[in-house]
Amino acid sequence: MAESKLHLLSDESKGEIDTWIAKYPKDQKKSAVMAALTIVQDANGGWLTQELMDMVAEYLAMEPISVYEVATFYSMYELKPVGRHKICVCTNISCMLCGSDAVVSHLKDKLGIGFGGITTDGKISLKEVECLGACGGAPMLQIGDQYYENLTPEKIDSILDNLK
Amino acid sequence: MINIEIDGLKIEAQDGAMLIEAADEVGISIPRFCYHKKLSVAANCRMCLVDVEKAAKPLPACATPVTEGMKVFTQSQKAISAQKGVMEFLLINHPLDCPICDQGGECDLQDLAVGYGGGETRYSENKRVVKNKNIGSLIATDMTRCIHCTRCVRFGEEIAGVRELGAIGRGEHMEIGTYVASTISSELSGNMIDLCPVGALTSKPFRYSARNWEMQRHPSIAGHDCVGSNIDLDVRDNNIMRVVPRENEEINETWISDRDRFSYEGLNSKDRLTAPMIKQSGEWQRVSWDTALAFALNGVKELVGRHGAEHLGTLVSPSATLEEMYLLQKLVRGLGSSNIDHRVRQLDFSDQNRAPAFPYLGQSIESLGQSDAVLLVGANITKDQPILGHRVRQAALFGAKVMCVNSVDYKVNMPLAEKLITDVAGMEAALAGILKALLNMNKIAAPSGIDQLLHSVSISATHEKMAANLSKASHGSVLLGLSAASHPAYSTLYALAECIAELSGAKLGSLSLGANSAGAWLSGAVPHRTADSASSNQTSAGLNAIQMFTAPRKGYFLFGIEPEFDSVDPVVTTQSLKDAEFVVAFSSYASTVLSDVANVFLPISPYTETSGTFVNVEGRWQSFKGVVSPQEDTRPAWKILRVLGNLFELKGFDYMSSIEVRDELKKCLGDIKLSNKRAWLCPELSGNISEQIVEIPIYGADAITRRAVSLSITPDATGHTIVMN
Ligand code: SF4
Ligand code: FES
Ligand code: FES
Repeated sequence: MAESKLHLLSDESKGEIDTWIAKYPKDQKKSAVMAALTIVQDANGGWLTQELMDMVAEYLAMEPISVYEVATFYSMYELKPVGRHKICVCTNISCMLCGSDAVVSHLKDKLGIGFGGITTDGKISLKEVECLGACGGAPMLQIGDQYYENLTPEKIDSILDNLK
Repeated sequence: MINIEIDGLKIEAQDGAMLIEAADEVGISIPRFCYHKKLSVAANCRMCLVDVEKAAKPLPACATPVTEGMKVFTQSQKAISAQKGVMEFLLINHPLDCPICDQGGECDLQDLAVGYGGGETRYSENKRVVKNKNIGSLIATDMTRCIHCTRCVRFGEEIAGVRELGAIGRGEHMEIGTYVASTISSELSGNMIDLCPVGALTSKPFRYSARNWEMQRHPSIAGHDCVGSNIDLDVRDNNIMRVVPRENEEINETWISDRDRFSYEGLNSKDRLTAPMIKQSGEWQRVSWDTALAFALNGVKELVGRHGAEHLGTLVSPSATLEEMYLLQKLVRGLGSSNIDHRVRQLDFSDQNRAPAFPYLGQSIESLGQSDAVLLVGANITKDQPILGHRVRQAALFGAKVMCVNSVDYKVNMPLAEKLITDVAGMEAALAGILKALLNMNKIAAPSGIDQLLHSVSISATHEKMAANLSKASHGSVLLGLSAASHPAYSTLYALAECIAELSGAKLGSLSLGANSAGAWLSGAVPHRTADSASSNQTSAGLNAIQMFTAPRKGYFLFGIEPEFDSVDPVVTTQSLKDAEFVVAFSSYASTVLSDVANVFLPISPYTETSGTFVNVEGRWQSFKGVVSPQEDTRPAWKILRVLGNLFELKGFDYMSSIEVRDELKKCLGDIKLSNKRAWLCPELSGNISEQIVEIPIYGADAITRRAVSLSITPDATGHTIVMN
């Protein structure tokens, strides 16, 4: 038996996860895995370590591999460090037709990083994502909980300027 | 029943069956990759698309339930073009490395590509490459070949009971793996090799050694545990190249344990004994059979002449064949000795006269899987009898309450309703507690003597819950495992378990050591019974496996025995053997210890090179043939024993075949009662027990397995992080 990782769980995160667990039938704790991963990721500066995933597995009585599967499947989980602001640019079909290529190259030039990269000051990281369901406002990107639509180079500049 | 029509053929299908099952039933083959009859339906490969009347699109046959009046076309234009389309997708990324792939010639993808694949690809993009994973010594991976059918993943979850492989990432980036480098630990892991429809998971020990069309397949019976799994031996150039399962729904279904699959490596180990040898003034020399047999004959004759036949002790491996055991006991009894035993791991023989005809599971293997409560007593069923462990696990998944009383906290792959871990001495009290709780609960009259016996026994909440689960069950099973059989107070544990089973209406069963403990009892490889009286005892019993060493004999027959492993006290055993005047070793291997203690080596064929019979724990007689010829001067042991019998001028050793031996025994035995019932006799609690139980390593139970290199480096063999109490 590997040693317990539960000491990595803060009381605060634990409380949040417990509210999610409470939403599901008693014997289906593992339904809370996505919420738990999000909570733990947020508390860890935006990314998940293997230890943290093991901890979630232990807390929800799942096999670690099942947690890895979830964490590697969904693009909102990060398995490597990210910047304080994670810019997710949609390059799926609608956005691509409306010019996501230009959005991407503008961002890359401006920030001096590619997809998966982090600016040297650790402020911003860039990520390519699939359709975020906002095709009506294509091309679009997401930072934190916020969608930014109908992007132009000027609009992107002002978004970047406003990031703290 | 539901009426449907497939390709114009009117058939009746089971309610709730999937189309693919209905088609399989009547022999209409629908191509498939992810569907497997023993696994859940994933419907993710889409190879099984068929054309169903009134359905707009082709439907996956593995996930479409049959409905009344359904008309299905598996060969229509629509079906074929759907299947071709799927195949084209699969081949976008699948490498064209069949010439160097071990699966070549027995690959579902290769076969179906011949039927449904295009001659040319329409893709000019590079194929994707996936890094191989090192998942241990048994399974080789070539993950670029994986088609993501997830059979291996589902197998882990549903059959092995440990989720070790998973689907990591998604879309084009999906990979099957463990995410963190780790070794597969399941004792059934080799089945993933059979399940994988492509060459992504192949056998590591077998790798690159043969093509499937170069081998002949021969049916046989696995010789490493009491299950008697049905196997096929693949042979090329008189060599066993690999072992695969042969389907038998009543025993092993489509599975076999890793031990049964990979032990064959031990057959060709360096210390295989391939010629008769005698030791003269401390020097071993290779001799002819005549010389060796004459040497053995004289040695034994002189010894018997000097000290009497009671000074002969015979120890036989519980994995020897029925015929070998029968002839061996016939030989030594003919010489006047009853000191013969196969119970090399037993300490307590006190109730041997009351034992049933053989250690019986108490029911069939299939029936065990239908239990709704199982109490495991001193049993590491997952590792010791993986196929039975699998049956019990399936029962657990269907809601059976599986409980254990053990002196080691074994790792199990199933949910346990209750668990009681105690020290060796505490095993009695644990069972007594359950028994008392059972009596209290059901207010039934206790069998004579029990009230007094249980007087000072205390009951815990766990005892009560276990008792309740058993009494509530309509099909309870109480199983005594290998560690119970090695317990210093085995007879007491047995009697308590017997009483628990009786009072709760459960079936009592024993799990026995080796491939043929059942056969050993039936054939008379025990000191107190012979085949003519398999369930009645001889008036004067010979010495058992312990006594013949604690009261050392002057001479010994060792049959398939390695004294340093096949003994509860190797030090005493080896010393007695060293001190003996004459030791005849029938063996397939010349180990150091054996070379040290023996005077003559008679090289015997392992089960792959001789015909014979194993009787499994259900009492099922399974005969098999030798599939390769004996190595060099090795001989099937039944023949050697026949010659020896004649040399000793004993009567009745003129057999033409091993079948004659078996049939003679069968006739002797008459009807064998398949039952564990016996007259009640109240046991005594022994109280203070200081002995420890020496656990049998999972890959250490017999001489062949001990030499299987790939098994010896698995986590089960090395990790062994069990905690002794
Ligand atoms: S490794 Fe084999 S069994 Fe597992 S998903 Fe890939 S193709 Fe299927
Ligand atoms: S394609 Fe970009 S949001 Fe849908
Ligand atoms: S076999 Fe039906 S979808 Fe794979």
